[in-house]
Amino acid sequence: MEGPLSVVLRFSHPVEMIVSVLVGMGFGFALERAGFGTARNLAAIFYGRDFRVLRVMFTAIVTAMIGVYFLDLAGLVPISTLGILDTFPAAQAVGGLLVGAGFIVGGYCPGTSLVGAVSGKLDALLFIGGLLVGTLVYTLGADTFAPLADAGGRGRVLLHEWLRLPSGVVVFAVALFAVGAFWAVGRIERRVNRRAAPAGQGPQSVPAGAAAAERRAP
Amino acid sequence: MEQRPYWNPYKAGFLLGLVLLGSFVLTGRGLGASGSFKHVVAAGLHAVSPTWTEENVSVGRFFADPSRASMDDWIVWLTAGTLLGGAVAVITARRFKAETVMGPRADRRWRWVLAGAGGALAGFGAQLARGCTSGQALTGGAQLALGSWLFMFCVFGGAYALAWFVRRQWI
Repeated sequence: MEGPLSVVLRFSHPVEMIVSVLVGMGFGFALERAGFGTARNLAAIFYGRDFRVLRVMFTAIVTAMIGVYFLDLAGLVPISTLGILDTFPAAQAVGGLLVGAGFIVGGYCPGTSLVGAVSGKLDALLFIGGLLVGTLVYTLGADTFAPLADAGGRGRVLLHEWLRLPSGVVVFAVALFAVGAFWAVGRIERRVNRRAAPAGQGPQSVPAGAAAAERRAP
Repeated sequence: MEQRPYWNPYKAGFLLGLVLLGSFVLTGRGLGASGSFKHVVAAGLHAVSPTWTEENVSVGRFFADPSRASMDDWIVWLTAGTLLGGAVAVITARRFKAETVMGPRADRRWRWVLAGAGGALAGFGAQLARGCTSGQALTGGAQLALGSWLFMFCVFGGAYALAWFVRRQWI
């Protein structure tokens, strides 16, 4: 028997829901410890000052990706038994741009706004109110938006199938891409913070070298 | 008492990756958040107009099984867990603080307006894309789903494109 445990062990509905609560608890805990309960930590990436968001996201994606493709190759959890997300290019491109716009304008995304709310952030609560309004507008107009949502639907397309490469090659390339990104954003942070601090926040009396060293310290 | 520091981002990312992998192994599904907002809206609409909601192309399928409440769905339970896990983390780090988060030059009222407006944009966009940063970018990213990678780059693109215009909110 292979596949997710819920299938192999035939979880009843209540058991599956309890498992979902536990997974959600791990999710919320990790987001909070990552610093994603406050909008300034999230928005900082878009001004080149702190790439925490990218580091956490790419580390998480690479960790889970390696696990998923290892379990697939080992035949324990074949990837065909997972709920793979379908590709709808137009909807995912336009929807992605809108989520990105909402992210920088509002300071959160749907998942992080939940953690922001339990952290006491009033702006996160207002963001959640906005999420409900945006979702309501989409649902009320679902017939109108359906052509865009379904345009060019291609079903399940995995990156390595699309590139006609073995999955291991693409897994390795994505991991390498992440490591390269970690290196590059470290350089950008140092450059931006060296330039931004003297004009903005840093006390002018502190010698430039000392101030820079202080900022570099974790 | 002093609040505890955040984790090193690579450590937090590794834990997040393990949670996501654990979710795949346990249930075959990834993580998500926007689906729960969809369920809340659907339940509200259903209370007002059951027939209209059951025929809606976006949320009608939530009401396909009459033996189970529409809210009794894995994503809603996952979100309940997210709130609970986030609360545990906030309390154990002594980090709870009622405040409005904004940059040093921002105006509080504007920040409130933009927080709501940003939420509306993200809520609409996540419905169109069938998922948000967690349901699409994280989950589909780890699966190497083509459309989810397109989504992720568009999220970064959309945010970077507007960052200059709202800079007073943050820096």
